[in-house]
Amino acid sequence: MNFAVLQFPASNCDQDAVHAIRQLGHSARLVWHKESALGDTDCVIVPGGFSYGDYLRCGAIARFSPVMQAVKQFADNGGLVIGICNGFQVLTEAGLLPGALIRNRDLQFHCEFIHLKTVTNDSPFTNRIPTGKILRVPIAHGEGCYFADEPTLAKLKANNQILWQYCDTSGNVTDAANPNGALLNIAGICNERRNVAGLMPHPERACESILGSDDGKWIFESIFAALEAKSVAQAA
Amino acid sequence: MTEPAITPELIQKHNLTPEEYAHAVEILGRTPTYTELGVFSVMWSEHCSYKNTRPLLKTFPTKSPKILVGAGEENAGIIDIGDGIAIAFKIESHNHPSAVEPFQGAATGVGGIVRDIFTMGARPVCAVNSLRFGPIASDVAADASLLKNSESGQSRLTLAATNEAGASLRETSLPGAGNADLEAARDGNSAVANNRRLFSGVVSGIAHYGNCFGIPTIAGEVYFDKTYEGNPLVNAFCLGVLRHEQITRGAAKGVGNPVFYVGPATGRDGLAGAAFASQDLTAESAEQQRGAVQVGDPFMEKLVCEACLELLATGAVAGMQDMGAAGLTCSTCEMAARAGTGIEIELDKVPQRAPNMSSYEIMLSESQERMLIVVHKGREEEVKRIFDKWDLPWAEIGIITDTGRMVVRHGGKLVVDIPAKKIADESPVYQREAVEPAYIKEVRAFRLDGIPDLANAAEAADILKKLLAWPSIASKNWVYRQYDHQVRDGSVVLPGSDAAVIRIKSDSLPVMSAELAAKIGDTKVPEKLIAMTVDCNGGYVYLDPYEGAKAAVAEACRNLACSGASPLGATDNLNMPSPLKPELFWQIAESVRGLAEGCKAFNAPVTGGNCSLYNQSPAGPIDPTPTISVVGIIEKPEHVTTQWFKDEGDAIVLLGEPVENTPMQGLGGSAYLQVIHGKKNGLPPRCDLEVAKTLHTTLLGLIQSGLIKSAHDCSEGGLAVALAESCISQLIARDTPRLIGATVDLTSVRRASSRAEGGAETGSSVASPYRLDALLFGETQSRVVVSCKPLDAVKVIERAKLMGVPAAQIGKIGGDTLTVKTASGEFSAPLTELHDAWWNSIARAMA
Repeated sequence: MNFAVLQFPASNCDQDAVHAIRQLGHSARLVWHKESALGDTDCVIVPGGFSYGDYLRCGAIARFSPVMQAVKQFADNGGLVIGICNGFQVLTEAGLLPGALIRNRDLQFHCEFIHLKTVTNDSPFTNRIPTGKILRVPIAHGEGCYFADEPTLAKLKANNQILWQYCDTSGNVTDAANPNGALLNIAGICNERRNVAGLMPHPERACESILGSDDGKWIFESIFAALEAKSVAQAA
Repeated sequence: MTEPAITPELIQKHNLTPEEYAHAVEILGRTPTYTELGVFSVMWSEHCSYKNTRPLLKTFPTKSPKILVGAGEENAGIIDIGDGIAIAFKIESHNHPSAVEPFQGAATGVGGIVRDIFTMGARPVCAVNSLRFGPIASDVAADASLLKNSESGQSRLTLAATNEAGASLRETSLPGAGNADLEAARDGNSAVANNRRLFSGVVSGIAHYGNCFGIPTIAGEVYFDKTYEGNPLVNAFCLGVLRHEQITRGAAKGVGNPVFYVGPATGRDGLAGAAFASQDLTAESAEQQRGAVQVGDPFMEKLVCEACLELLATGAVAGMQDMGAAGLTCSTCEMAARAGTGIEIELDKVPQRAPNMSSYEIMLSESQERMLIVVHKGREEEVKRIFDKWDLPWAEIGIITDTGRMVVRHGGKLVVDIPAKKIADESPVYQREAVEPAYIKEVRAFRLDGIPDLANAAEAADILKKLLAWPSIASKNWVYRQYDHQVRDGSVVLPGSDAAVIRIKSDSLPVMSAELAAKIGDTKVPEKLIAMTVDCNGGYVYLDPYEGAKAAVAEACRNLACSGASPLGATDNLNMPSPLKPELFWQIAESVRGLAEGCKAFNAPVTGGNCSLYNQSPAGPIDPTPTISVVGIIEKPEHVTTQWFKDEGDAIVLLGEPVENTPMQGLGGSAYLQVIHGKKNGLPPRCDLEVAKTLHTTLLGLIQSGLIKSAHDCSEGGLAVALAESCISQLIARDTPRLIGATVDLTSVRRASSRAEGGAETGSSVASPYRLDALLFGETQSRVVVSCKPLDAVKVIERAKLMGVPAAQIGKIGGDTLTVKTASGEFSAPLTELHDAWWNSIARAMA
């Protein structure tokens, strides 16, 4: 499978995403923010970092870049897009995902492992995550507090769009397990069409056991499986 | 623009002595222009010239077959780590700027050192820092009365510490000072508040810069002591990786080659910061010097770094240097001096942020994130293309000449014309006078007689909790959680163990040029594991600079050994008071002697470093703090070892002599004496380098044979704290520590180590048995707590003894308490309590 990893000025998890995808046996390449076409791409990763220095507001400038217009088109055509950390912020700013990410409730940057409960397997980003498996992956953000108004939250719940919630080791969704104050402990969501997802944790930092956890690979394995199924369907 | 006339007052304002000025006139053969005076001032500041310390620095070991770029040659040293890969690393201070403006001061400290690394052609892969602040908690206030009663007669130098109440001892010892006490307490509270402000500002500054740049801040150390009040220390370390062929030199090679300025425009910020860093901090510093503090933009740095690495891969670059201290002045002068060429630049072409900047201002500005690049003639277009791609300003500002002169023109006028090599290489050198300070005699004479030993080990549980909560010992999670320590997918051992470990993978390396790729092919290189740590107990160094500095190196190397690494090289940061006072220069000279011997003994050559002198505030000088960072290599992934206990039932073995055979029994300068008895006194633990070396080799051997499951060194707080940390320091995830208890029996250790058993004799005989407090909380050097499978314990102990390292099984892992039995009673502390004291102490102080 071919992954396009966007590269904005001061993306800094772009190379990590490329590394993780290649490590898992697929191909990935960087796509510069000034490009207006994605080329031969099966899935787009909007990586973490501080795109455009996070000036103005996290992700607020990136949405105007030429490559994001191509990503919107790609998503409109049903292509898979996943935003990680700053990438999640970019996708909400670009209107590809609902809600917003605001300052962590204690106003501090948090870099630590957290536990994630997968709310549904019904998405291209979660289909392979074993039922009941609690993922241990790191976060690293200052503005990861997911926020949305009541109707949006209601819609997210009704449509089963909440993919991951912060939880404790046993999978209980508690306030103590919430690192940033996110509403409903939301760590990641998808759009209504279920082809665009965003999450604050960094699965690409947890794909090899030498890094302390390889739980993140379940998310990428899910994407590979979804793409596989899609190409089989197309071939048929 | 008219420039001021050169007067004796102006010369003095530039921190040049009349002799230095005379030498400048001699070099020029005429009176310098105002801009030239500025150039001499910054080039001959301590920060750039090491004029007071160069004779001392020459005593450092700097050679090893693995060193590819040695100390003083370039912006950072480079060491071969095998398979064609090398690492570049260096530490540098940003103390004075951080005292004035903690956030920007610390942020630009990170920016500066990161630039030093990618300037060498390396990709920066991790950052480390070493920080010192005044006390952030006033809860040991009660202990101040102890000091008041017992030590009022001592000199100020001796007293500059431990009084956590923040009240100066001169004030508290005033007779009948009812109101003065209150006042002092109030002053103390505002001092503590200010220390917290500096601490939180520095940590946010480091986090801001490092996180945005995208470099994992993976290790560090923080101490809090009264001596650093008003003069915090901020030392930033960066490590980068590259292939041998990718080493880039900061030399202005190739007559006729164009000189490019890249990066953001020059402004008036950071004017003459290097000169500022080479003065005492005064009460007015904050107001007067704010303009000397630079403002950092990590976003810009990230772009400049990526663009430079991309440019280097084209092969168009002949030489590159960052504009750090002394900005355009230092970079042009040093590049020409290194190549033996001349350089001519036109200031009108330099991108400028502010209107009407004078040549003096442009030459001395320390605006951040700027680079000077010498490009092979004819390949200018490649520079333009790449910097345009990254939307970065660039300008062709000059040319390399064969005149050997640094020539600067501005507005059609010649403003600087100086022989580059002379000013760079002929800076003044001073052999300062060193006199042992009077307080050292008091330190040597200090004995434990007046300090009651614990009557029963039962008392130790509360003391242990107090020590674990003491901010210098407490977990630094409040700090490192704010740093992204996992970006770049390389962090193997995260902050919170003895040393941090990163892996270097093929794609960590900078992109290769086409020629290089054709030559060596795009073959994958095996992953490398690099461990690093930074250490220095300034209190030890104050009490005995030579032993304290040796101990700093020994601790750093011990931390590496505990992690499964052997040393490759070191970088030092001398944070010292004024060299002009013989008593203080003695501290500097003795510290350097200790560092040099330590680095020699552990085969850790110094590849570069930094001197920060004049670290003193109106309250007095800081404790001499020769921070040392040692970098090591771990041969195989299975050798990576962490400090926390692993499995119930495992055996706990103590490697090393339990208590040193001296009158102080390892309690001199200890955290225990400071926290519990309010004294920072007595000769610190002796550091026998041979003993240390044997311990490290033995431990490494044991780790490499797969026998060791955890290893943690005994340092501040001694054996009891080391055991407690081994029980409580593993972190699974947020709010999810893994606590694992231990039952330790020290009754037999005490017997086994007595003379009669014939352990490691040292010749002299001290008849008195160990004190209980010395056994539990003494900081005797060269001790490591390891754990292993119960069946392996005998093997571990036998092998250690065979190598000459004292070893004894002292306990077993399991349960939910730390229980310690001694010949004089026992104590048992629930792990949850110990963990809470240790883990939350700093967060509570900062809440």
